[in-house]
Amino acid sequence: MSWAFLRDLLSGVNKYSTGIGRIWVAVVFVFRLLVYVAAAENIWKHEHDEFECNIKQPGCENVCFDHFFPVSHIRLWALQLIMVSTPSLLVVFHVAYRENREKHHNRKLYKNPGKIDGGLLCTYLISLILKTGLEIVFLVLFYKLYNGFKIPRHVKCDIKPCPITVDCYISKHTEKMIFLYFLVATSCLCIILNLGELSYLFFKYSIKCYLKRHVKKQQ
Amino acid sequence: MDWGALHTILGGVNKHSTSIGKIWLTVLFIFRIMILVVAAERVWGDEQQDFVCNTLQPGCRNVCYDHFFPISHIRLWALQLIFVSTPALLVAMHVAYRRHEKKRQFRKGDQKCEFKDMEEIRKQRFHIEGSLWWTYTSSIFFRLIFEAVFMYAFYFMYDGFRMPRLMKCSAWPCPNTVDCFVSRPTEKTVFTIFMIAVSSICILLNVAELCYLLTKFFLRRSKRAGNSKQQPNHENKEETKQNEMNELISDSCQNTVIGFSS
Repeated sequence: MSWAFLRDLLSGVNKYSTGIGRIWVAVVFVFRLLVYVAAAENIWKHEHDEFECNIKQPGCENVCFDHFFPVSHIRLWALQLIMVSTPSLLVVFHVAYRENREKHHNRKLYKNPGKIDGGLLCTYLISLILKTGLEIVFLVLFYKLYNGFKIPRHVKCDIKPCPITVDCYISKHTEKMIFLYFLVATSCLCIILNLGELSYLFFKYSIKCYLKRHVKKQQ
Repeated sequence: MDWGALHTILGGVNKHSTSIGKIWLTVLFIFRIMILVVAAERVWGDEQQDFVCNTLQPGCRNVCYDHFFPISHIRLWALQLIFVSTPALLVAMHVAYRRHEKKRQFRKGDQKCEFKDMEEIRKQRFHIEGSLWWTYTSSIFFRLIFEAVFMYAFYFMYDGFRMPRLMKCSAWPCPNTVDCFVSRPTEKTVFTIFMIAVSSICILLNVAELCYLLTKFFLRRSKRAGNSKQQPNHENKEETKQNEMNELISDSCQNTVIGFSS
């Protein structure tokens, strides 16, 4: 089980997406997943070993690191990627349900089981809303946990067993900040794409409904 | 998701590229991505652990390392390769869109479309003309811009392309100006120069491809202008009408506007 699994999952979703949905998948693959695996993971690899406090007291470094970094940035990033990709599975399940139904009844119930209309449209809209919601939740979590999108260069720690207020230094501070901003920027881009797709689908189907009613009235 | 997946995506674009484009893609994968993964990552692997400062002051090493290497070479190269490969995705998306349109026409049973089955549509190679020419040319233009921006960022951040052996650091909490030693400076310089050289070659290939496409475009235009001037003299009215009809039919096959599928 690795990121390849997520990649295969999302490739399956791509089939039933709109054009904007496909752009979203491309952005997630290239600018989030690939950047995470190829670059970001290695920056945070030895963050605990490289976290240094100006004291020899055993346990002080561990306690201070745990206090200032309850959940590492890179783990939050990975969780965000997984959570944000999962709502798309709802669409895949719904299409599979439609195809199963057709098989069960042994006749064609839908013009095209993969076409986004009726119940599948609702599922698609729900998945978009969930994706956007989860992105926002993670961005807020990042903001709250780390007091804004900042990584300090050094922190002052006085938790037991540290005998006094010690200076602790974080490694690769600038590089981590750059990639954190990159994460926030791509997250915002994905939120904009999701909102764009929501509006597009909403307007498209409102206009379709309106035209249908208009034609019926005329008839 | 890794470089292999990027290779799969870009490999699809290869079919619709010019010959220079295919050479560029090969250079990208063999001399940049493969070298990055197989060699460069090992050279920079121990960069912070083996960055040594002549002091026992805790925190001094961290701060000095962060001061001299705001973003590691290896990460900058990875970002450069990702950004430089991305414009090719535009071409991939455009080709996928065209293919999708053709499949739709085929399914509708359009007599004007010249394909016999879906397999032929899937295997078809699109020529770089019409709107695809614009997409392709813009992708090369963006590639050039990204390459230039990253090369400049490199030069600006590291004051040239040489990795010094010794750096003098006086950032707090270092008690005085301490000597800090970089690990494997010569090997890093060699790889930096290699990557910069290959980057320059890629820039040259992109410029050549751009010139080639522009030349082809202007030649085609002048040929069409030349042909349209000659037509009233050499062809009779019936042949002119037939030619216009054929052009209309082939245009409508390529440019029929059907919205995004859903």
